[in-house]
Amino acid sequence: MPPKILRYLEGFFIYFILLVGAWIMIFPFLWMVSTSFKNQYEAFSFPPSLIPQKPILENYVQALTIVPFGRWFLNSFIVASVTTFLVVVISSLAGYIFARKEFRWKEPLFYMFLMTLMIPGMVTIIPNFILIRALGLMDTYLGLIFPYTSWNLAMSIYILRGFFSAIPRSIEDSARIDGCSELGIFLKIMLPLAKPGIATIAIFSFLYGWDEFTWALTATSSSNMRTLAVGLALFHGKYLTLWTLLSAGMVIATIPPVIVFILFQKYFIPNLMAGAVKG
Amino acid sequence: MVEIKLVNLTKRFGNVVAVDHLNLTVKHGELLVLLGPSGCGKTTTLRLIAGLESPDEGEIYFDNTLVNDMSPKDRNVAMVFQDYALYPHMTAYDNIAFPLRNRGYSESNIRRKVLEVAEMLNIKELLNRKPRQLSGGQKQRVALARAIVREPNVFLLDEPLSNLDAKLKTQMRVELRKLQKRLGVTTVYVTHDQAEAMSIGDRIAVMKNGKLLQVGTPEEVYENPKNMFVASFIGSPSMNFIKCIVKLRNGFYVLDCGDFKINISYERGREVDVLEGEEVILGIRPEDITILPERSSNAISASIELIEPLRPDMLIHLRIGNIKIVARSLSTLLWKPDDHVSISFNLRKLHIFRKNGEKIM
Repeated sequence: MPPKILRYLEGFFIYFILLVGAWIMIFPFLWMVSTSFKNQYEAFSFPPSLIPQKPILENYVQALTIVPFGRWFLNSFIVASVTTFLVVVISSLAGYIFARKEFRWKEPLFYMFLMTLMIPGMVTIIPNFILIRALGLMDTYLGLIFPYTSWNLAMSIYILRGFFSAIPRSIEDSARIDGCSELGIFLKIMLPLAKPGIATIAIFSFLYGWDEFTWALTATSSSNMRTLAVGLALFHGKYLTLWTLLSAGMVIATIPPVIVFILFQKYFIPNLMAGAVKG
Repeated sequence: MVEIKLVNLTKRFGNVVAVDHLNLTVKHGELLVLLGPSGCGKTTTLRLIAGLESPDEGEIYFDNTLVNDMSPKDRNVAMVFQDYALYPHMTAYDNIAFPLRNRGYSESNIRRKVLEVAEMLNIKELLNRKPRQLSGGQKQRVALARAIVREPNVFLLDEPLSNLDAKLKTQMRVELRKLQKRLGVTTVYVTHDQAEAMSIGDRIAVMKNGKLLQVGTPEEVYENPKNMFVASFIGSPSMNFIKCIVKLRNGFYVLDCGDFKINISYERGREVDVLEGEEVILGIRPEDITILPERSSNAISASIELIEPLRPDMLIHLRIGNIKIVARSLSTLLWKPDDHVSISFNLRKLHIFRKNGEKIM
């Protein structure tokens, strides 16, 4: 076969596979958006239609009014934001120390953090429940924020240690000679250079705090303290699931993570370090 | 401007002695080059002077003030790193302003000073660019500007030119030299490039395995190396080394190199007399070997193996029996490989070393 046709075929296959993959990812999402604008009958009609015949907003109105949607949304937002803040502060400091400073038991300590990643989450539900209850934090924001933060720390420290390690030491030495304090080096030099890593862990921990279901269900009991993930599940009844309302709620619930992602994605420039050193 | 004095300076990393009882003085306003192969401890010495490492033994004085326990900030040293170490998230202006901001200068004062050094180094148009938008040579200038701007006591330059291409390198080393003379700041310059060291240094300190082998002006270390290592490290191509035996013949000392013999003058012969019958090493630089225009019976005869026409010089690889040497010649192509020629050594430029590498004469 002539090389031109071969190259053409190669391009065709690459795009074909990517398109199939993209469709598999996007389809449930489109289906959810579509369902949120349908009435109960159309949602179950056969053959199903992707574009609603008579789009209605009724589902959104109902989803927002028959349950304390606003309150759940706020709860989720507070929990996810504070978790993100704590994870970023703690893991950037810890990641820097693990990357740059020498101290006794450094490596064993680091691997202890990593080992926590290997414990399945379900196993820790009961010990966590006992711990949080003993601390008197059941059904409070902190009862969600503390565990979420701790579950996100290991991975975040691991990611940031990698980012900090990749920053040339000479930049740090240079700042030291230029009269920068140790804290100044961290805040003015290292932190800005680790932005892509911080954006990554911020997105991960925000999504975690926003989406987490099992622990939120365990640790909250009053309707006022529910998060959106738990609250939305109420539409999913034992005998009847209100798919249209559930879809409408989920569409709204998807908005904040999308915003967070858009805000941080500009830092995903892979070559932020380009031009730092060498010619 | 200060005088730097290192006394018995020692630094170990685990079992490795990076700097071994180093004694060295860098005079007021002098440019001293620390020269040596990689891993010889020259960069560690620089970092010790900067305060980025603390010594295990010994003292560092700036004008008779002990600075061992002073932070880099308080020593008021400026350093240019091999990789420039610019802050990638800041513009060239902010990079240069950084040391001043850390010292609490007012913004108007900073602006004036930054523009002043930018002018001096010809980088005024680049001040708004980030490091990634600068070429190697431009980054180098920004790094220099950052070092100069706060008027330090000492400049420390860690292989500042090694990432530049050959042409820019020769250009920058002249500029660096002029700049240093103009500012008159005591400077320690680290390099592994002997040509760079020769061209830029007021004095050169040659190091190996953490030890100082010789300090002196470029002429001194070139003309009168203290040992074989210095002799071979300085000069390109390297000095030729030939094993021979000291013999007494008719009252004169003779170096018997097997395939040829060299007479030593009476005065110089007295320096080797204790070594009669011993093996020594004869050193001769390529430019001190002359290829004679005609064959001569009392000269050394050699055959040409290879000619490297570097222009204007030529390097001529010669073989005398089993001995291979390199000669440097300015002349145009008179010879071809495999020619048999007569050569002579400049007897006043002979170097004789003991078997352990130490210089005898």
